[in-house]
Amino acid sequence: MSAAGPILEVRDLHVAYGGIVAVKGVSFEVANGETVCLIGANGAGKTTTLKALTRLLPARGTLHYDGQSLLQRPPHELIGAGMTLVPEGRGVFARLTVAENLNMGAYCRRDKVGITVDRERIFGLLPRLKERAKQVAGTLSGGEQQMLAIGRALMSRPRLLLLDEPSMGLAPMMVQKVFEVIRSVAAQGVTILLVEQNARLALSVAARGYVMESGRITLTDAAPALLANPKVREAYLGE
Amino acid sequence: MDIFIQQIINGLTTGSVYALVALGYTMVYGIIQLINFAHGEVVMIGAMVAFSVITALAGTASPLPPAVILLAGVAAAIPACMAIGYLLERIAYRPLRHAPRLAPLITAIGMSIILQHLALLVWSRNPLAFPQIIDNPVFSIGGAAITGVQIAIILLSVALMAMLTWFVYRTRFGIAIRATAENVHVASLMGVDANRVIAATFIIAAALAAVAGVMVGTYYGITHYTMGFMLGLKAFSAAVLGGIGNLAGAMLGGILLGLVEALGAGYIGELTDMCKWPLMNQVFAERCAADGHLVLMGSNYQDVFAFLVLIAVLVFRPSGLLGERVAERA
Ligand SMILES: Nc1ncnc2c1ncn2[C@@H]1O[C@H](COP(=O)(O)OP(=O)(O)O)[C@@H](O)[C@H]1O
Ligand SMILES: [Mg+2]
Repeated sequence: MSAAGPILEVRDLHVAYGGIVAVKGVSFEVANGETVCLIGANGAGKTTTLKALTRLLPARGTLHYDGQSLLQRPPHELIGAGMTLVPEGRGVFARLTVAENLNMGAYCRRDKVGITVDRERIFGLLPRLKERAKQVAGTLSGGEQQMLAIGRALMSRPRLLLLDEPSMGLAPMMVQKVFEVIRSVAAQGVTILLVEQNARLALSVAARGYVMESGRITLTDAAPALLANPKVREAYLGE
Repeated sequence: MDIFIQQIINGLTTGSVYALVALGYTMVYGIIQLINFAHGEVVMIGAMVAFSVITALAGTASPLPPAVILLAGVAAAIPACMAIGYLLERIAYRPLRHAPRLAPLITAIGMSIILQHLALLVWSRNPLAFPQIIDNPVFSIGGAAITGVQIAIILLSVALMAMLTWFVYRTRFGIAIRATAENVHVASLMGVDANRVIAATFIIAAALAAVAGVMVGTYYGITHYTMGFMLGLKAFSAAVLGGIGNLAGAMLGGILLGLVEALGAGYIGELTDMCKWPLMNQVFAERCAADGHLVLMGSNYQDVFAFLVLIAVLVFRPSGLLGERVAERA
């Protein structure tokens, strides 16, 4: 493990859907323990970038996680290495119960005791899930499903957590709750790459941010500087 | 003899077999949205392998007890079918996983034809008498007869379905199968190797098909290299009836289809007897006076019922009886 170098390093990433290039040479990095956000308008290529990182889409360029190239690894090997994604639209297994969804997060773990401890910890963090443990996930509200998706990801004890638009489609109250959970996960030392359209919210959690436009990163800075940047204020903060 | 009860018994027997085969269609469909048209041929291979093993062991001076010989037939058929199920997935379907839907479907039909003709080469084009080596006592209940083989088929099917349900709902790998069926990408993010899950699904489906094949051979006393075709179509209809992709649906659909078919076969002669209908017995008065009956469709029309059911489901409830998806809320 290279504590000194970045946990995630992306250089000149290109991703295409057939002939349409959606990500055009993106470079960024995330240091161990950091919370970094990737903001940009709808269609900028944020989800595509995360799918390439998690090997759900073929890509060109350099992808290093923990000092090792990801390009040759299949998606199902990543979670064991400590990297996991909470996908856009949450991706809970609607026909599985809440408890089964959480167990799927721990699919690669064999330490039964540790799994039980983590499940109780997550139930402590997200008490709604405990009440609904035996319900199928499809019956949960959108906010509860987002909580479940995050809880499921935490069940793998990730070192790097990728979050794709956790605020999408949620009522403002619920968004606040989801972000409280993200803050507390970050406080426990989990490295987070947060993708958001809601720039203000993302920059309130992250230390640094990258701005993505039409498949390219056009701006990067510390979060307070981005919040003060006139271009960002105009394009992403609605001012 | 009570026709109604008798046909219920017969229907439960064939329905149990349909259910086992329908589970194979529905599991594979649930995982990769492929209708594996070669599945009926896997059933046929199961029956054929068991036929060969049982025939070889059941010589005139065989020292083995008949039950052991039958079990040996099953024990040979299961791994043989599992291997074929695995090879089908690995060689024929996996390379087409990201191809347009029509390509694997046509491949499945091709595999079905290839397996049929392999069986023709190995086991000849003649119907083969499946050795009836075990005692088949007849019991009477409610004015109808039930044989030992029928009881064994029904009980074994129920046991296998219970085992499958336990496996899919209670074990770690079973839950991974259901997760993969729902969202293969997210399941892979959780560490599930989709290839392993898909291969396992084909293998489990083939094991059930093997048992079903031996049941069919034992029940009807005959095997033939084309037997998988009609059986496969009926089991597929049963899976659609229950809601394709839904395990409980396949079980329910199989049993219901067996019952509909048996009751249909039991009563179609009476129902299409023109002499029993008020207006028609006038029209055919002469024939009715001479024979007393003018049956338009006899029980040899029983195969029609499966497809009537299939058409009715597709028209009135395309998602099947239990095939309702839980909506993912925003
Ligand atoms: N499956 C797909 N096929 C073709 N084009 C796609 C697909 N998914 C996304 N795109 C295109 O790629 C671009 C980036 O999309 P996406 O990564 O989803 O953006 P974001 O997550 O930033 O909103 C968009 O122009 C979108 O239309
Ligand atoms: Mg997106």
